[in-house]
Amino acid sequence: MSIYTKTIAQLSQGLKDKEFSSVEITQHYLDRIKQSDLNAFITVTDELAMSQARAADEKIAAGTSNILTGIPYAHKDIFCTQGVKTSAGSKMLDNFISPYDATVSHQLNQADTVMLGKVNMDEFAMGSSNENSFYGAVKNPWNTDKIPGGSSGGSAAAVAGGLSCFATGTDTGGSIRQPASLCGITGLKPTYGRVSRYGMIAYASSLDQAGPMTKTAEDAAIVLNAMAGFDEKDSTSAEQAVPDYTANLNDSIQGLTIGLPKEFFSEGLDDEVATQVMNAVKEFEAMGATVKEISLPNSAYAIPTYYIVAPCECSSNLSRLDGVRYGYRCDEPKDLEDLYLRSRSEGFGAEVKRRIMIGAYALSAGYYDAYYLKAQKTRHLISDDFKKAFAEVDVIMGPVSPTTAFDLGSVKDPVSMYLADIYTLSANLAGLPGMSIPAGFSNKLPVGLQLIGNYWSESKLLNIAHQFQQQTDWHQQTPQED
Amino acid sequence: MSLSEQQVTQIAYLARLSLSDDELKDNTKDLNAILGLAEQLGAIETDSIEPMAHPLHMIQRLRADTVTEHDQSDLFQSIAPKTGNKHYLVPTVIE
Repeated sequence: MSIYTKTIAQLSQGLKDKEFSSVEITQHYLDRIKQSDLNAFITVTDELAMSQARAADEKIAAGTSNILTGIPYAHKDIFCTQGVKTSAGSKMLDNFISPYDATVSHQLNQADTVMLGKVNMDEFAMGSSNENSFYGAVKNPWNTDKIPGGSSGGSAAAVAGGLSCFATGTDTGGSIRQPASLCGITGLKPTYGRVSRYGMIAYASSLDQAGPMTKTAEDAAIVLNAMAGFDEKDSTSAEQAVPDYTANLNDSIQGLTIGLPKEFFSEGLDDEVATQVMNAVKEFEAMGATVKEISLPNSAYAIPTYYIVAPCECSSNLSRLDGVRYGYRCDEPKDLEDLYLRSRSEGFGAEVKRRIMIGAYALSAGYYDAYYLKAQKTRHLISDDFKKAFAEVDVIMGPVSPTTAFDLGSVKDPVSMYLADIYTLSANLAGLPGMSIPAGFSNKLPVGLQLIGNYWSESKLLNIAHQFQQQTDWHQQTPQED
Repeated sequence: MSLSEQQVTQIAYLARLSLSDDELKDNTKDLNAILGLAEQLGAIETDSIEPMAHPLHMIQRLRADTVTEHDQSDLFQSIAPKTGNKHYLVPTVIE
């Protein structure tokens, strides 16, 4: 078994047993990153990684290590990292060396992890294919003609391609779950407010949430233990106790009630994806769960609701990028207005501009009620659907994405791209936790199963996912290497 | 209703973006398509529904009125495009 196929739990055991050192596994990953052509990394922090690995080895030798000590990871380039470029996949921040650490960066440093580098993403997390990056598209490790999903495409490709043991991601409308699904890894979007947003470059503040992207549910639990928690620096952080997410992994799921929303299995879902998802559900039935058909009647409205709410928040959040205090500034501005106009027009990519304009329009006088207020009301209805559903079932299951990974460059118009988010958006609008776990293949491309839980049910989701991974080996499959 | 190129130019200006002729054409088409998607929401009766601004219906926390940040202006200005005497410099606004 090669180092790059090992989980956090396995690497941690190996480090403890002196099978290898953190310096050795870090070098192993850095070598693989150098040889890779997936375009997963924007910045490789090799020197920093090696110094963190040496420090980790000292802690292991001194017996003061924890389970994450010396474990290499890939950090989504949306998290501020002090002294290291933090670009958010944008030309606008190509020269931005963050003067401070995001809380998540700080937490992972405190856990003695080793940061291999910053990974590629759709610009400001706006996209479902990772084709909207200033640094070019990321390739799917299972088939390099395909997209890895987005916006955390670099994170998913790094884990699936064996370039990192785990990765961080953020999920505003599916950006952890969809790339995890399309790259065949495990991804968890926690309840809104579970992980601090401080220093995580904001796209849509009422939806953004960070989470782990890993090989297994057990690894996701280990990483979430380090990431979760109240942070007074984030005004939307929840003052909610953090349990040990690994504590209930081995609980039996006998008697679990699974809800299958009929709206998630209707028109537009690829037949083979549906088959794989239903096979996974049957596996749960064999493990003692019962299945119930439910309805989320307003879920079809998740796309129009999200594509108003998120652009409104983005147009507000991204107004701070004006070429004055940091980031890109155009050459030779002739006056202040020219400075704003050209810095923003030259610094932002097409999809970001589109969403800023939709937001600016939907928030403008005369249109606010028709678009933004209306979308906030339908958001309420979508959220209420889940409340009713969770009165009857313990977990909701369904597909993550209507299809497997599509060809790079094949989806050109924005609305068609938005439709790919149909199954993931509603969990963000409601603020609920969701997961994607590997559940099969179609045409040699991974298919993910989505789990949506009630508020603060991350432990339960991880338990359900872990039990599935004890019975199946989809999560252990790796792409063929040349 | 649909947006004209003139309206899109105005929206872009509100967001401090300028569009080339090609960008204007593409964005007029795309913005109309996206707003067309949003029109679907018109089918739902929402008169009695409260708008939902935040998933957890949280109230903004208050914090103690104590100094928590120290002066890091040199560090923050080290990444600014142009500074002078602790100020961020932009082209002259008033002669």
